[in-house]
Amino acid sequence: MCLAVPAQVEKIEGETAVVNLSGNRQKAMASLVPDLKPGDWVLLHAGYILQKIDEKEALETIKLLEEVYGNPEEV
Amino acid sequence: MEILKRFKDPHLARRIIEGLNAALGGRSLRVMEVCGTHTMAISRTGIRSLLRGRIELVSGPGCPVCVTDVADIDRMLAYARLKDVTVVTFGDMIRVPGTETSLLGERTRGADIRVVYSPLEAVQMAKNLPDRKVVFLGVGFETTAPVVALALETARQEGIGNFLVYSAFKVVPPAIRVLLEDQEIALDGFLLPGHVSTVTGSLAFAFIGKEYGLPAVVAGFEAVDILTALHRLTEAHDQGRSEVINAYTRAVREDGNPAAREILEKCFETVDARWRGIGKIPQSGLKLREAYAAHDAEEVLPVSLTTPPREPAGCRCGEVLKGKLVPPGCPLFGRACVPESPVGPCMVSSEGSCAAYYRYDRGEGRRA
Repeated sequence: MCLAVPAQVEKIEGETAVVNLSGNRQKAMASLVPDLKPGDWVLLHAGYILQKIDEKEALETIKLLEEVYGNPEEV
Repeated sequence: MEILKRFKDPHLARRIIEGLNAALGGRSLRVMEVCGTHTMAISRTGIRSLLRGRIELVSGPGCPVCVTDVADIDRMLAYARLKDVTVVTFGDMIRVPGTETSLLGERTRGADIRVVYSPLEAVQMAKNLPDRKVVFLGVGFETTAPVVALALETARQEGIGNFLVYSAFKVVPPAIRVLLEDQEIALDGFLLPGHVSTVTGSLAFAFIGKEYGLPAVVAGFEAVDILTALHRLTEAHDQGRSEVINAYTRAVREDGNPAAREILEKCFETVDARWRGIGKIPQSGLKLREAYAAHDAEEVLPVSLTTPPREPAGCRCGEVLKGKLVPPGCPLFGRACVPESPVGPCMVSSEGSCAAYYRYDRGEGRRA
């Protein structure tokens, strides 16, 4: 029930955002996360945006994992 | 975000498993996950069976529907029986058995019970049904409670007085504390719930290391996330580092989501609450504050139970929820109790441990 799914913000209209969830466009409440911009990736839970997904952190994590474990795509 | 696909990469996952196996040497660890979404992901990705004998992944009380006390469910059913009440719920709750029946059972007898994806839909329903009281069933943890609090604020602002919330919300840290106090459960570390932590922040779990000397890792939900978290937990255990490690940095900050924590604090106060299978846990429940009493179903529409609450006969969900029994170890599992006709809540919910084992890990060991 704590399921939250990644979606991409397309538009912000006040406290509401239009998000793209695997190709489906839907409205989501944006009041829990300040400073959202179109293009941002977010976690969606029960119709509300719960948190922004930090792309820089995601890239860092994967880079670090590849340093530790090797890049499987290069083998 | 293209990079998110990499967290599902099976090749990368395989390499992490190799690293994890090397780090483990010949040892085995017992790690508890406290999130229904993790329970399902660990079974679905095959991680539970892949690591068998090396990391024993024990499911804890991480499924909100499963830990909802039978007396709470009976009260929800009592609301459903009231003539001028529409009960609105998340879908997971609909088949969970109370003492005598379930919401689904009440619906077949004519009760007005509706399933929604978002609490805002329930607010809209209340607006459209001014002659009825709309009781939203608040079930969930720190992830869900702020969202329902916001919906309640919307109802207040729009003057929708017939929108009521029955709060059976719970918070996770006090339950972890109870498990840590129980000598029988004997864990080496915790996999912490990623989306609860999105709200609470990783520091909300710092007490696990400070007071109980165990490592704990906040984990995301893809295979790479879970395996990385387990590897880091193993390393921390090895080096005797009892601390909270955040392995889900793309979504979890140390202080969580301040706006969500603020609305949570504004609407709810913590009270003692009963958890199915565990019993009363101090300060683990969320009750609406007095300022919201006009929207609190318990205040506006008190119901009394005609039959004393009773667990289903033979059901051992209680032991499963505490990690004391692996689901296949229950005599009812897969025989009298299957997802199509579940006896207990852990087989009903899509996130319940019994449902996860039934779908993916039926052959797992029968002892905890």
